[in-house]
Amino acid sequence: MTVTVVRALPDRAPARAGGAPRRRPSRQRRQDALVGYLFIAPQALGIAAFVLVPLGLIAYYSAHEWNVLAGSFRFVGTENVERLFADPRLAGVLQATAVFSIGLVIANLTLALALAVLLNRRMRGVGFFRTVFFSPVVVSLVAWTIVWGFLLQADGGINGMLATIGIEGPNWLREGPTAMASVVIVQVFKNVGLNMVLFLAALQGVPHELFEAARVDGARPATIFWRITFPMISPTILLTVIITIVGSLQVFAQIAVLTQGGPGTSTTVLVYYLFQQAFQFGKFGYGSVLAILLFLIVLVLTIVQWTLRRKWVFHEN
Amino acid sequence: MRSAKMLTATGALAASAITLAACSAPAPAEPEGPVDLRMTVWTSNEDHLALFDSIAEAYMAENENVSSVTFDPLPFDDYTTTITTQIAGGNAPDLAWVLENAALDFVGSGALLDLAPTFEAAEGFEYDDLSDAATGLWRQGDGLYAYPFSTSPFAVFSNTTLLAEANLPSAGEQVAAGDWNWDAVAANGAAVNAATGKAGFIVRDFEYQQWDLLSTVWNGWGAQPWNDDRTECTIDSDEMVDAFEFLHEAAFETGAMPGPGTTADFFAGEAAYTVTQISRAGLLAEAGFDWELNPLPEGPAGEYSVVGQAGIGVIADSPNAQVAADFLAFFTNPENSRQLAQYFPPPRESLLTGETLAKTNPLLSAEQLDSVVIEGIATGVTRPSIEGSAEIQQAVRSELDALWTPDADIPAVLSATCDAMQPLIQG
Repeated sequence: MTVTVVRALPDRAPARAGGAPRRRPSRQRRQDALVGYLFIAPQALGIAAFVLVPLGLIAYYSAHEWNVLAGSFRFVGTENVERLFADPRLAGVLQATAVFSIGLVIANLTLALALAVLLNRRMRGVGFFRTVFFSPVVVSLVAWTIVWGFLLQADGGINGMLATIGIEGPNWLREGPTAMASVVIVQVFKNVGLNMVLFLAALQGVPHELFEAARVDGARPATIFWRITFPMISPTILLTVIITIVGSLQVFAQIAVLTQGGPGTSTTVLVYYLFQQAFQFGKFGYGSVLAILLFLIVLVLTIVQWTLRRKWVFHEN
Repeated sequence: MRSAKMLTATGALAASAITLAACSAPAPAEPEGPVDLRMTVWTSNEDHLALFDSIAEAYMAENENVSSVTFDPLPFDDYTTTITTQIAGGNAPDLAWVLENAALDFVGSGALLDLAPTFEAAEGFEYDDLSDAATGLWRQGDGLYAYPFSTSPFAVFSNTTLLAEANLPSAGEQVAAGDWNWDAVAANGAAVNAATGKAGFIVRDFEYQQWDLLSTVWNGWGAQPWNDDRTECTIDSDEMVDAFEFLHEAAFETGAMPGPGTTADFFAGEAAYTVTQISRAGLLAEAGFDWELNPLPEGPAGEYSVVGQAGIGVIADSPNAQVAADFLAFFTNPENSRQLAQYFPPPRESLLTGETLAKTNPLLSAEQLDSVVIEGIATGVTRPSIEGSAEIQQAVRSELDALWTPDADIPAVLSATCDAMQPLIQG
């Protein structure tokens, strides 16, 4: 016969109603808490002033029509949201945004990983090459883009080099497909060094014993990469995918400097469209709705990636 | 958990407080002490700014209620956007230069103060001296909402040295021979390009983006982008199709005009002709080539002229609006207008003589000024201006991109452009 004894656990946190009164935190604990709050106060105030307040104002403005020149500010309810769904240009803008983001993520991560693998070995001059590929990251974005703007002109440096080998280059920034490809490539070269460094750090954290064991077992290099390297650096891949996607959705300076959204509207991505509506056309209410749309897209994509990480990121399953 | 709740509450409270503060900022009050005035401009030319400063110092010497006048140069490309953003951010200037393509937006919205009462009351201002043709864009009823301080006709500068190199007559010789028309300019431009590899003619600052600058060409065909009361798109008219066919042929067939993405600077000696405003003449002070200034060539519709304008307005919501208007009356009085005329052709009839302007424009002869400036201001049409100009500018630019390809269907592109423009005109 088995006797089951159910023993009540000690009541560590009795309910206040009918129970003993909650003990006041000790003076020491209160002081500790105060110090903690003081430490985070600058950051909390910064977030409040530069994140929460703008978010609140964006929501507020989105329900209004603000004519800056006339000085009028009128409540319009959901009119700006309705306009979003009726906007004939929005589909093209979202398509351009998707093309840019997908192109950038694929090209940036592929190139960054390839460079990291190439430069993750002991050889002469490896430090020089790492510096060369990382240096664009610290160059001013606008300066970088302006220089590329000159290079990509019809009579610019790129076509000049192509001409020396008998190739007539396209008018890179004036033709739809090449304009988008040009903007993507300029951005890839600008930031590939950052992801390369992250991948390098991750690669150097993979235990060598795993590679040695795989080689002893006769695994080929491709198998080693896909079965050992890739899973072991997958947390870093997740991180780079998230920051690259979020960054790609915020691209602005490259578009403003290189193409101004053209030719046609082929490179008018969401942030640039938002800028046009709010700051060029003076439609701050509609611009605010577009900002909320951008926020939701970034939020959803991040949540999706975070949720899916368990399926492919090592250490997460 | 308690800490998290407290943090959230603190953050929300701070955010709410700042939001409420931002949303309920008090209306600007009338200034009590001496005021600081700020005028936004798009020139950063040191000579221009020095002249402005000297006029401002003279004003402050007589008016103790103004302690400083700052001339704030903003980049030209984003000038109107920057002004709008400054106004939205509660940092509006007291006075602002306004481009003619944004004139109707500024005047129609009530953003600018009516200057007529101040100008009429200002001693020695001579309000009646202002030319009706020059001020037309800036008037609404009896009100005058900006002073068109620069009324600068478009003209053609030509590089005589480059034309001679290609064994071509100078522009002056063509004018004398009665052969000064767009077909001749295009033919000579193509010949220069073929002979020297340099550009033929360019419309300065157009760069296949600022399409409204092409009004300096299409007016020669009698074309307009919209009708006179700005309610109907006419950019697909037969005259406009002909004008764009002329430009397209020059860009993609004959090589008379550099194609998209190709840069050429007339003032660096890289082109035979350029269409631009005469106020650019200063760039030729150290030109390493001989040059001439002539009116715009004749088009199929005959002779014509186009005027570019810029006005100075007072932002109506400025707490210093009346003081700013008083300063503007001083800044643009006959004496100061005479000084400003060396850089900016004035709207004053008394100053619009070749002889007067020649004294302050040493690079240009009285004859050139008479034929181009005086005649141009008297008979010229202003660059296209319409309410909602920024959105229309963008929509048309997007559509016209399809036209700047070698095999473009010009009537179809212009028709699509009208489809895009019409709702914005009506809107």
